[in-house]
Amino acid sequence: MENPRAPWGRRPAAVLANRASGGYRLFSLLDEDGPEPAAGQFYMLATEAHWEQRGGRPFLPRAFSVAEATTGSRSSLVGQSATNSERTAVRLDFLIEAIGPGTERLCHLEEGERVWLNGPLGNGFSLPRELSDSAAGAILVGGGIGIAPLAIWRKRLAARNVPTRVLLGFRDEAHSGGLDDLFACCEVALASDDGHIGHRGYVTDLLDVMLAGDDARSAAVYACGPPPMLAAVAALCSERGIVHELAMESPMGCGYGACYGCAVPAPDGDGYIRLCVDGPVVRGG
Amino acid sequence: MVEFCGLELGNPVINASGTFDAIAARKVYGDALLEDFPFSAFVSKTITLEPRVGNEPQRIWETPAGMINSIGLPNKGLEGFVEHDLPQLGELPVPLIVSVMATAHEDFARMVSALDEREEVAALELNVSCPNVHSGLIVGEQPSETLALLEALRPLTRKPLIVKLTPNVADPASVAVAAEEGGADAVSLINTVKAAAIDPATGASGIGVGQGGLSGPAIRPIAVGQVRAVAAAVGLPVVGMGGVCNGADAAEMLAAGATLVAVGTESFRDPRAGSRVAAELSETFEQSS
Repeated sequence: MENPRAPWGRRPAAVLANRASGGYRLFSLLDEDGPEPAAGQFYMLATEAHWEQRGGRPFLPRAFSVAEATTGSRSSLVGQSATNSERTAVRLDFLIEAIGPGTERLCHLEEGERVWLNGPLGNGFSLPRELSDSAAGAILVGGGIGIAPLAIWRKRLAARNVPTRVLLGFRDEAHSGGLDDLFACCEVALASDDGHIGHRGYVTDLLDVMLAGDDARSAAVYACGPPPMLAAVAALCSERGIVHELAMESPMGCGYGACYGCAVPAPDGDGYIRLCVDGPVVRGG
Repeated sequence: MVEFCGLELGNPVINASGTFDAIAARKVYGDALLEDFPFSAFVSKTITLEPRVGNEPQRIWETPAGMINSIGLPNKGLEGFVEHDLPQLGELPVPLIVSVMATAHEDFARMVSALDEREEVAALELNVSCPNVHSGLIVGEQPSETLALLEALRPLTRKPLIVKLTPNVADPASVAVAAEEGGADAVSLINTVKAAAIDPATGASGIGVGQGGLSGPAIRPIAVGQVRAVAAAVGLPVVGMGGVCNGADAAEMLAAGATLVAVGTESFRDPRAGSRVAAELSETFEQSS
């Protein structure tokens, strides 16, 4: 899939909404200048006001994968009546969990407030056919807040009539959300560590069972979640020879290749890659 | 226009080495980067004679009004830089300053000589925040080491030599004086301030290799103090940097005695910070005149 290019520099975007979605928050920004992103791409975000609010932190912008993107007329996106000189814009939805000073500040975004937006950045997911000639369907595996990029990917795959199955896992009820908002009208197999929903255990247990089925070889697996989950997904896929892509995370300072902070070991074992420009979606071996 | 070491620059704002990758940025943003390039000269990431993969993660750690980094100078080595990067950096619309580092005079000399032959290179910055393998001493922490290095390199090129000073010394002015005596054309300061952080979640170092360098507005007063002391001690032009985020910060650096100001960490937050700082600085001047 093609990765749309970000406009040069950062730009302000207005907050359209911010509401609870289970234990997470789902907020929407109005991007009046950027292209519609590819699934798996991310944005660097920081509030325009009161960013360094708590003892000089947060300081750096934070990276978030986009959970949904809707292109439309500006007035339709902001809920106003149409005007004659209508401009198009993109509504960007992000799923967020308060885990530190940056995410806490963004969880308190208010409607109309402005956020510095830099993106879309990085490489998104590839279609199953782009990963393997024999891959026809998709299996999406998400853990926790990592379900976000899989939500937009599921919709893009559905629009292309790619058969897709979705497996999502959460730690417990407080650390779960986004299901009704991002995965409504689609069948999802669930797992939770505490058993409050779905299978009691890991989402990778569900994947293990699914990959044992006959048709699994014709699937490509796409995963996003905590590092141990991604390692387990990669191992399950690799031992069965199933193509897979992982949407990874590492601490990012800039998002556009400047700081070299987001290095992770290169998949080919040769040094490091920068996740912001060589990822965040990385093809498994 | 600003004159710096014989170069005519459009404004006094350049970048700090290692804080802006023009090649990566062009891939991300396209040729819009060239049409509105954020700096009046571009300083490359530091290159070494041999390729380096850089340090193990974790490489960055956010701190109050700043960050600690320990990137470890990943680069393609002199040969890889000249073959792959230099042609691309030569397409930038501003003069190119190449930052070099080595742990032996011979290696420094090979890099300076090789880059002296390249017309894309307008000037060289010597990153001396590294040990001399022969003496074990950090070159930039010792006036005698800095003088010896400049005496070895000065005859090898007529291109301007800028010495990047470390703040991790008691008296940076004495090192700047040694650089001037050795024939340097300019000094730039400050490099990052030695620092560490502990991850409260694990009790372990927040930085993979244990320590790193602090940058961002947290260190700006240190930078202003050292720029002021160095500018008073030498007759060379000074590139002032350390936590510059806006025009007022840049004006303060110039008032402290800098000829040019470099923007570093702020570019991580705002990719076009260099252009913004230059515009704000120009407004500041118009208001005061």
